[in-house]
Amino acid sequence: MSMATATIQTVERENYLNKEYGVGSWLFTTDHKRIALLYLISITFFFFIGGFFALLIRLELLTPAGDLVQADTYNKLFTMHGMVMVFFFLIPSIPAVLGNFLVPMMIGAKDLAFPRINLLSWYLYIIGGVMMMHCVLTGGVDTGWTFYTPFSTAFTNTKIVEAGLSIFVAGFSSILTGLNFVVTIHRMRAPGMTWSRLPLFIWAHYATSIIQILGTPVIAITIVLVAVERTLHLGIFDPKLGGDPLLFQHLFWFYSHPAVYIMILPSMGVVTEIIACFARKRIFGYSFVAFSSIAIAVFGFLVWAHHMFVAGISLYSALIFSLLSYAVAVPSAVKVFNWTATLYKGSIHYDAPMLYAFGFIGLFTMGGLTGLFLAALGIDVHVTDTYFVIAHFHYIMVGGALMGYLGGLHFWWPKISGRLYPESWARLAALIVFLGFNLTFFPQFVLGYLGMPRRYFHYPQEFQVLNVLSTAGATVLGVGYLLPMIYFLWSMRYGKPAPDNPWNAAGLEWMTSSPPTTFNFETEPVVTWEAYNYDELDKPRREEVKVVG
Amino acid sequence: MSDSTLIGLHHQEEHHPELLHHFAEAQQQRDAASLGMWIFLGTEVMFFGGLFCAYLIYRRAYFGDFGAASKSINATLGATNTAVLICSSLTVVLAVWAAQTARRSLLLISLVITMLLGLVFLGIKADEYKDKFEEHHVPGASFSFDHVPIPGHPDQYANPRHAEIFFALYFIMTGLHALHMIIGLGLFAWLLFMAWKGHFTPEYHTPIEIGGLYWHFVDIVWIYLFPLLYLIDRHP
Amino acid sequence: MFDNFPLWPARASTASGNVDALFIFLLIVSGLMTLLIFTALVYFAARYRYRRGVSAEQIEGSIPLELTWTTIPFLVFLVIFAWGAVVYFKSRTPPRDSTEVYVVAKQWMWKLEHAEGQREINELHVPVGQDVKLIMTSQDVIHSFYVPAFRMKQDVLPGRYTMAWFHATKAGTYHLFCAEYCGTQHSGMIGAIVVMEPAQYEAWMSGGSTGPLSATGEKIFAELGCATCHRTDTQGRGPNLQGVFGKPVLLEDGRTVTADENYIRESILDPGAKIVSGFKPVMPTFQGLVSEEQLNALVAYVKSLSQPVATPTSTAAATQQDNPKAAGSQVQ
Repeated sequence: MSMATATIQTVERENYLNKEYGVGSWLFTTDHKRIALLYLISITFFFFIGGFFALLIRLELLTPAGDLVQADTYNKLFTMHGMVMVFFFLIPSIPAVLGNFLVPMMIGAKDLAFPRINLLSWYLYIIGGVMMMHCVLTGGVDTGWTFYTPFSTAFTNTKIVEAGLSIFVAGFSSILTGLNFVVTIHRMRAPGMTWSRLPLFIWAHYATSIIQILGTPVIAITIVLVAVERTLHLGIFDPKLGGDPLLFQHLFWFYSHPAVYIMILPSMGVVTEIIACFARKRIFGYSFVAFSSIAIAVFGFLVWAHHMFVAGISLYSALIFSLLSYAVAVPSAVKVFNWTATLYKGSIHYDAPMLYAFGFIGLFTMGGLTGLFLAALGIDVHVTDTYFVIAHFHYIMVGGALMGYLGGLHFWWPKISGRLYPESWARLAALIVFLGFNLTFFPQFVLGYLGMPRRYFHYPQEFQVLNVLSTAGATVLGVGYLLPMIYFLWSMRYGKPAPDNPWNAAGLEWMTSSPPTTFNFETEPVVTWEAYNYDELDKPRREEVKVVG
Repeated sequence: MSDSTLIGLHHQEEHHPELLHHFAEAQQQRDAASLGMWIFLGTEVMFFGGLFCAYLIYRRAYFGDFGAASKSINATLGATNTAVLICSSLTVVLAVWAAQTARRSLLLISLVITMLLGLVFLGIKADEYKDKFEEHHVPGASFSFDHVPIPGHPDQYANPRHAEIFFALYFIMTGLHALHMIIGLGLFAWLLFMAWKGHFTPEYHTPIEIGGLYWHFVDIVWIYLFPLLYLIDRHP
Repeated sequence: MFDNFPLWPARASTASGNVDALFIFLLIVSGLMTLLIFTALVYFAARYRYRRGVSAEQIEGSIPLELTWTTIPFLVFLVIFAWGAVVYFKSRTPPRDSTEVYVVAKQWMWKLEHAEGQREINELHVPVGQDVKLIMTSQDVIHSFYVPAFRMKQDVLPGRYTMAWFHATKAGTYHLFCAEYCGTQHSGMIGAIVVMEPAQYEAWMSGGSTGPLSATGEKIFAELGCATCHRTDTQGRGPNLQGVFGKPVLLEDGRTVTADENYIRESILDPGAKIVSGFKPVMPTFQGLVSEEQLNALVAYVKSLSQPVATPTSTAAATQQDNPKAAGSQVQ
């Protein structure tokens, strides 16, 4: 497919893309890079499905009355939007696409430790995804992505069990990806690639994997309990039968709060790489950035009940969970300060990935700071379950995680596809996404403090102006997301062939060809330098020789 | 797996046929496999952990009812099963040792005995389930647990709804455990087949080792389930 | 009063001032932090933009700086935490002598009953300047009682009571929302809180009551035959209920619990759960025999047995002394 623009200067080298052809060579591949591309295609599909639901939600909310869809349909829309986006887009996004592609390459390995398990993860994801789509097409679910009992187990008559099982299956995909990463990072590093020389992207993925491994099984068993309770009419969570609905919330948030860090930590890793590259600097406070990832993963497991301050938990447990929530905010703040400090005395370029990274820092800062509001017990009582929460977590998950994902996709696109994307379009898209995002979600903070509850199909008149602003922003945002999709596809055929290291970036992945060969490196690399050795890279060319072992 | 020739990776003199292309040496592959299994067991701990957590909360809330319900289970069968599993752990260890020291027939025998013990366990479990079914202790429409006194309070009956939660947890926990046993039996059948074909050598027996880890884990889960479900209110 | 484009919610209770003050403090703190970070970003980005021939200066990091920007935010966070906790404690601890309103939520309506007996649906009339305590339960799924103008929200759970309270400060009509998703008509489960001047409130109260809730409860108590065992002397087969409410109760198994609304509720629906020391577990369950409304009336009646008209202040003080945590632990 890339023959059209192949230039006369080289006969195209063999790489992972052109080594084999045919559907079978993709569906049965164990090459981590090909699996990454399989994930890229599948999560893009789910992103646009979830985005379509979001668009319908925003259109419905254009007016206070319910006039576009029925109440039932609306409830299903926000439920399916949440489930698809959380479990089938955000959680796999960076780890399964960029992580899959880059983790082995960044540490100098030929593949992940368990290539066949990696392929199995993708199949599990697809099975889960097909079940979810089947569920959507045959009626959907209307509980909200949170499945709160006893509504989900004893009241709704929608397809809880099927949706739950699809998440259960996709969850195992996530667990196996995390397991593969941890083993790979422990056991597959190239000679000389010590822990303190690892790119921070790897540290972030290591922390993420811990959460995937230890958190996901808890939601899996919780879903099993919900499904069993619903089918056999047991009383594990149903107070009518002696159960405790709050136990469900505890188990659910024990996973679903750390799940937020599954989404944001990899994104932080991406942004760290981008900032180092485009500021031409070693990252400021390497070990603090590395360990803050681990700290976030660990503390992240201890704050789940801050979703339940008005749910009926005791005053004293609320106090503890509020305090711990502030503890988890500290490492996040440390990261932001270190990124900012990295720019100091740098040599800063403004290519598209860097614009996304700037956007990430800005939006993540706002998302993080509004988290301080929600962790404050007194304020949480007022703003929990309102649009304030919606705005807050979209700043983190969309403003943060998605900005990082897009930035990373641009940054490594030359490596992945062997082509350059059109730079000016990419900068335009970054700007549109940033503006559209803020227009969509900033008004929701105001709505939330005014008291507009979430999951409302119709709402009082006085909230309309802000809702109209938000819907207007959503359309701008939609354009911002379509643009990259179009020019990435365009670049696969018409983009300029990418050199091996278009950004002159540090890291083993840039020392191999673009696109890389099937086993990543011609010869096994031996690492003799620290991460982010931009001082050496920016010296005259002769240094290049030393780099290849 | 023979792809490695394409990129000129043949640094090693002795290239074991079981060494996958992306590993540099057999030791690395072994370490990766066993670390992978350990991490997987971490996942399993959390998987059962959710259930243990639910159990502990309801045991505390419905203390006497859980005691009464627990007493209705056949502890002798449970104890027998515990003994069966502990013996099977021994034979698993023997199998690993036999593989390490190239004792092929001992390896085969140990694997077969392990599987037989596993089947005995499942048989006893099925018998226990049958009893519960006949006593109408299976949660659902026909559940009944009326007029069962709470241990230590002969004049007070257990609340059937709370006992039902106990039995729901009993069936889910032991059922999930039994499912793990069945998966383990499948795994061991495959190991037996490989051992019979002579695939394992002192240099390469990682599958036996990680299969053994899995089996031990399933045993350990039972070691916790047994007292929690069978013994909480037994007094001499 | 519903303007077309408000940017700040109405402020109509004592809690709203507290919450707003903390909110404004947080706006300032986070505004300053944002300003700091954005200024640094923009300044560095402009000052150190790429120039030909000028290369970046490599800096490893700085432990003092790291410690500074770990410690200072943490200390600021501690202040926010402490302030938030104080506001929360106030908002969760109803004053002793609040008027009580029983709330029963169901898909998709609010049923409210004043202790004085007035019943309302999706509407609650309260006077200015009075502490009002809500004792809430749900008939089906989880709901949440949310009044933005009072900055007050509490989930309403099936199978137990949760409490909330407010002290309205400004007459007017305010939104009541269900804030926990509860099914198809979740967004239709809304109502109004009508805050009235005391005089108007008196006038409103004087109409349409069927007598105080506790009197209804007393009637049910008699109809169900509770009085046969729960006698007013010490000879009954069940404990004497006079003066029990709000006091610690010694149980058969040695534990002590406080007789709060949830304890009374449980004792009616699941009498075997907590046996009072010295009594036999002979009481049958009333699960399925009494509705949520009847249950509320019974609870109100049992509570009324602990409120002798003669010396209200001294009793209240004594109760407080007996069990300083009572107020706190009631509100879950």
